[in-house]
Amino acid sequence: MPEFEELLQEAAHRVQYVLRLYVTGATDRSTRAITNTRWICEHYLKGRYDLRVVDIYQQPLLAKTYQIIAAPTLVKSEPLPPKRLVGDFSDRERLVAGLGIPREREDGRRNT
Amino acid sequence: MPKVNSRLTMLEKVPTGINGLDEITGGGLPAGRPTLVCGAAGCGKSLFALEFLIRGATKHDQPGVLMTFEESVDDIRKNVASLGFDIDALIAQKRLIIDFVRIERGEIEEQGEYDLEGLFIRLAHSIALVGAKRVVLDTIEALFAGLSNQAILRSELRRLFGWLKQRGMTTIITGERAGDQLTRQGLEEFISDCVILLDHRVIGQISTRRLRVVKYRGSTHGTNEYPFLIDESGISILPVTSSGLEYEVSAERVSTGVGGLDEMLGGLGYYRGSTVLLSGTAGTGKTSMAAHLAQATCARGERCLFFSFEESASQILRNMRTIGIDLQPFVRKELLRIHSARPTVYGLEMHLARMHKLIGQFRPTVVIVDPVSNLRSAGTNEETATLFVRLVDFLRRNGILGFLVSLTSWAGTSETTGDSISSMVDTWLLLRDIELSGERNKVLYVRKSRGMNHSNQVREFHITSKGVKLVEAYLGPGGVLTGAARLAQETREVAEAERLKQEMERRELALTHRRKAMEAQIEALRAAFDAEAEELRRTAANGRDRLGQLEIDREAMARSRRVTERSKKNNHR
Repeated sequence: MPEFEELLQEAAHRVQYVLRLYVTGATDRSTRAITNTRWICEHYLKGRYDLRVVDIYQQPLLAKTYQIIAAPTLVKSEPLPPKRLVGDFSDRERLVAGLGIPREREDGRRNT
Repeated sequence: MPKVNSRLTMLEKVPTGINGLDEITGGGLPAGRPTLVCGAAGCGKSLFALEFLIRGATKHDQPGVLMTFEESVDDIRKNVASLGFDIDALIAQKRLIIDFVRIERGEIEEQGEYDLEGLFIRLAHSIALVGAKRVVLDTIEALFAGLSNQAILRSELRRLFGWLKQRGMTTIITGERAGDQLTRQGLEEFISDCVILLDHRVIGQISTRRLRVVKYRGSTHGTNEYPFLIDESGISILPVTSSGLEYEVSAERVSTGVGGLDEMLGGLGYYRGSTVLLSGTAGTGKTSMAAHLAQATCARGERCLFFSFEESASQILRNMRTIGIDLQPFVRKELLRIHSARPTVYGLEMHLARMHKLIGQFRPTVVIVDPVSNLRSAGTNEETATLFVRLVDFLRRNGILGFLVSLTSWAGTSETTGDSISSMVDTWLLLRDIELSGERNKVLYVRKSRGMNHSNQVREFHITSKGVKLVEAYLGPGGVLTGAARLAQETREVAEAERLKQEMERRELALTHRRKAMEAQIEALRAAFDAEAEELRRTAANGRDRLGQLEIDREAMARSRRVTERSKKNNHR
């Protein structure tokens, strides 16, 4: 593997993810969204993510501030570009793609 | 217990506070229910919805929530500032809250199941914050641009409207019209109670905004298209085609301002609150007649509103001054207001709307429109006819004397051109030119005047430096005599009068002579009598003298006799 690509991949692996997951209480859908997002973070972004779960029932003002319409909504503010995903993320592969995480796992094995 | 009566209870309505809308809908929008307001881009639906909130907050003590999907708070503030609404103050007083929901097309990626609980929470938060009774969603169709799952969107919208209903929110949902459909996304399927359609049409380069209540479940409503306007005080809708022949009429009379004309109308002038049509050909003094009425009205201390479609205010003031009608002081005292506009600057509806508004503000007792016929150039004949009807109706309902001036064409059709409106008016005055012996003279007559004993005469009139003066009409063998013919007649009459006067004088003189002769005779008789009496007196006196003398003689004789007898006796002794 050429040095440049190696460096690039290494950099990609060091990128910090800032994620906010807005849910509405402890519904099944909320729970599923939380579980799925956590799973992705733990498996792909271990040690380099900042995920906070916000219950907009508790903090409705945040829903306004961050322009939340649907629930659950996952907002990625870093790395750029910012992205909004809505749903329960049952398809974890799609969530990985949606968040723009390189399709390599921490152990270097290709994700299948 | 089953609710038997629930079907019979009237649908509760909430007054919107928008000028005219509550009259059309018989009280406002359905209380606690959603109403769809739709129309093409730029038809004024956002403003309509916003005014609904502002009026609610300011007039009806109903705070409101605006959830806007297209314009930021800043945009809205700028848009309505020109209409005289200060939304910042309302926001500061917690009577209005604006939540801008920004949805970027394609920004959101959908992965699996979701709902729109975010919107619900935001709405609930806003509603609680101001204690809202009204909600506007402008326009929720933007959701369809941001999210693609139609099934979820539709079920969530249905849930949202149900949710709003449950909370008793009187809601306006705006939707953009597309083709044959009322709204691009078929929002009408969710809203079953009330649908209002706004329209913005351009006919003959003149634009008119119109409003129509497409549907209002459980309520009667006007089904016509109502024109509306947006100006510095918001939206005004004209409920002008309203049913009404039920208005109070006044028996009070007001002067026409023209001396002789009052006499022709039963001696008292027009009825207060009636409608007068004055038609005439060009240059017959229509505006002068109108000015007289304005002057008479203002002189009584009442207000008069003068709509001029031909001359500017200063032109009218100047021209009327030359015939001795000075209206300037009344303008200064705010009793007279003159509004001039070219007929073609707006559409007919706009003209009517403007009239409505100005009349509403100024509250005059007399409204002059000079001339109504000019408005034809701003619309088709049919439109103008309905405009007249609506204008007259409006004036009557408000007890305002309407003085409509109509310019008729030259070709002797002066009595037919007013047809579209003549059946509506109470008093119809006609001014005409009569061409006779090489001159044109102005005549006036009362074509009709309901409810009063009016003159059937055709009267000639002059426009003098002291205003309009009616002169006696002369009927000759060929009809009415005017101008020189009338003058000739007048001269003849003067001569006749002179002759009669002389005859009288002559007779009087003769009588005097006879009296004198008689007196002389009496004098002569008396003299003769006196002479006779004197004669008699004298004869009587003579008689008495003679009688006295006889007495004296007798005594003397007796005395002398006694003397002789005594001497005789003495002689014997």
